[in-house]
Amino acid sequence: MPYVWDFSAVTRNWTVLLSGLGGTIVLSLAGIAVGILIGAGLAAMRLSGLRVLRWPATAWIEFFRNTPPLVHFFWFFYGLPMAFGITLSSFGAALAALGIQSSAFFAEVFRGGIVSVERGQWEAGRALGMSRARLFRRIILPQAARRMAAPFVERCFELVKTTTLAAALAHHELLYAAMVVVTETYRPLEVYTVVALLFLTVLFAASQVSEWLEARGRAMQGR
Amino acid sequence: MTSPEPVVLSATAITKRFGTVDVLKGVDLTVRKGERIAILGSSGSGKSTLLRCLNLLERPTGGTIALDGRTIGRPDGKGCQRYDERELDRVRTRVGMVFQQFNLFPHMRVIENVMEAPRGVLGKSKAEAQAIAERQLAAVGLAEKATAWPAQLSGGQQQRVAIARALAMDPEVLLLDEPTSSLDPELVGEVLAAIRALSDEGRTMLIVTHELGFAFHFATRVLFLHDGKVLEEGPPEQVLKAPREERTRRFIERFTERRF
Amino acid sequence: MPELQFGVVFADFDLLIRAAGTTALLWAAAFSVGWSAGWIVAFGRRSPRLVLAIPARGFVECFRNTPVLVQLIWFYYALPVLIGIQMPAFGAAVLALGLNGTAYCAEIHRNGLQSVAIGQWEAGRALGMGRLRVFFRIILPQAVSRMIPAYTNRAVEMAKNTSVASVISVHELMYNARLFSSQNYVPLETFTVVAGIYFVVIWPISLASSLIERRRSA
Ligand SMILES: Nc1ncnc2c1ncn2[C@@H]1O[C@H](COP(=O)(O)OP(=O)(O)O)[C@@H](O)[C@H]1O
Ligand SMILES: [Mg+2]
Repeated sequence: MPYVWDFSAVTRNWTVLLSGLGGTIVLSLAGIAVGILIGAGLAAMRLSGLRVLRWPATAWIEFFRNTPPLVHFFWFFYGLPMAFGITLSSFGAALAALGIQSSAFFAEVFRGGIVSVERGQWEAGRALGMSRARLFRRIILPQAARRMAAPFVERCFELVKTTTLAAALAHHELLYAAMVVVTETYRPLEVYTVVALLFLTVLFAASQVSEWLEARGRAMQGR
Repeated sequence: MTSPEPVVLSATAITKRFGTVDVLKGVDLTVRKGERIAILGSSGSGKSTLLRCLNLLERPTGGTIALDGRTIGRPDGKGCQRYDERELDRVRTRVGMVFQQFNLFPHMRVIENVMEAPRGVLGKSKAEAQAIAERQLAAVGLAEKATAWPAQLSGGQQQRVAIARALAMDPEVLLLDEPTSSLDPELVGEVLAAIRALSDEGRTMLIVTHELGFAFHFATRVLFLHDGKVLEEGPPEQVLKAPREERTRRFIERFTERRF
Repeated sequence: MPELQFGVVFADFDLLIRAAGTTALLWAAAFSVGWSAGWIVAFGRRSPRLVLAIPARGFVECFRNTPVLVQLIWFYYALPVLIGIQMPAFGAAVLALGLNGTAYCAEIHRNGLQSVAIGQWEAGRALGMGRLRVFFRIILPQAVSRMIPAYTNRAVEMAKNTSVASVISVHELMYNARLFSSQNYVPLETFTVVAGIYFVVIWPISLASSLIERRRSA
């Protein structure tokens, strides 16, 4: 007997799913903000000439790039309060985990963009008598930013997808909202398919837009 | 002959070591106002390193550089010079440089490339900087390319923009490191013509080049660098036509026998 | 400073190590599926025939633009409803992670093939080699060696993704860590040690990858 699709489980509970989507968006934006902030600091540390700054930054980056984010979520949510008495809400724990984990990746995006600018650009600026600060701001950063754009967007997408791990902490985001709806309606196929399609639509559309913007940026400079 | 022109730039006993390799082994050089010095030498002889030491893009391991009679940096008491970043920035505003690879700023339009340093470093107003840039671009024959992007220009045009960019700072000395070496042969002429035009205005220049014919007619003095030392120097007629040193002679032969 | 009880965790360390074995198995199975099936999808994407190229593109976009946890949950809870067969959790995890890997590996393969100059094809054909022979003897070796950093990178991402299978109760390392920490009330110690185990396994791969990359560009 063929399965009969029935999306009423979704249509009747769309407010729950919508508020879940809101949770996903808030967590994503907050996570990106924290990740960029810490990531920029880490990148500056790694690029500095001082070993005491470079080493801790490198260790941090390597650790968080090479361990699963789910472990970080649990560490912040269950580990911290038990040992240190710092209790984080599910949002706080998810934000800490996301921000810190993605900071490692953002740091590498920023650093990669900056070191990718050819040495000749530094030299040309110096030869014109530009100060380091001005040279960095006017010559290096604009070129680096352009090269960072694609990996930066990619990292943001990864982060958005990673927010679903907060469902494991029972934080109310899209996936957790879906789980709630499923336990009430016993319609996993329809509900989870809709959730997948929502992610697909949003992320695919966003990636198309960013690709288009990038192509336009290149065309504008005659390349 | 009138009284000699004042000394603009001088290098005394310059040495430069990278790791364990001695690239410059004691170079002395005095550049007077209006001189045009061609630096010759085979690949790896230290020509680029010498130029880069002269504007302190590389800090010499030993020896001193003086601009307008004032020694740059101060002795650190151990026989070397200490340099202050700010001071070096000031020096570099007065010693221009043109690179083999042009190094235009790809994210700025042609005129913005030329305006950037007069505006940001010399603190000129936008109108002033723009006037300077337009004048320099016209001088290299690229006035109509002002709003183009560097990537839209040919190599020869890019290098002429780079020359205009350096001249917009009105430097006392202009250093050119093989300005035509990465150009297609048919584009070399336009760049050399732009450089030649500068000699008419009496610009002081040091140029590293393999264009011996150009060096012969353009330079007031030729310097042959070998193995980190000045092996021979003198007027072009002497160094290029009647070199004293065997090595210089062989070098010149190698570069002339290609021409027919 | 609180009293940390790492001793409790290390007393049952062998339990975690055995669980890490399951993680490794899941990882190896899913990566093999992804790498192999990735070739099929890669050729689909390169095909001039739209009936092949469009579904291949759709497949890749679906798996790259949805979270891996959603994929796992879909294959474990939703798919059985559709096909009427309940899969074991491990099987669902291999399927989901494997197909996820397929999408990413397909793009790596495709870029690898594109990076080999067209002249290599022509040179091979000009010597009278057949298409398959050119592919296996000339193109593939060059593409694969060029793509090793991308493969190792994917292997690292995949290794981290295996932990997500704990959510559909595959008894791998993360699942056992959650179980252990709640039974013994030592979450901080457990998750710290488990993070350490993951790191010790995954980091060398990253390190090897960046060494290879550095050697290549040097
Ligand atoms: N930054 C550097 N680090 C190490 N070695 C260098 C560096 N720059 C130049 N060298 C070495 O110094 C020597 C002279 O280089 P260079 O001045 O560029 O020669 P030329 O311009 O005459 O060809 C070469 O052997 C080169 O490898
Ligand atoms: Mg050179």
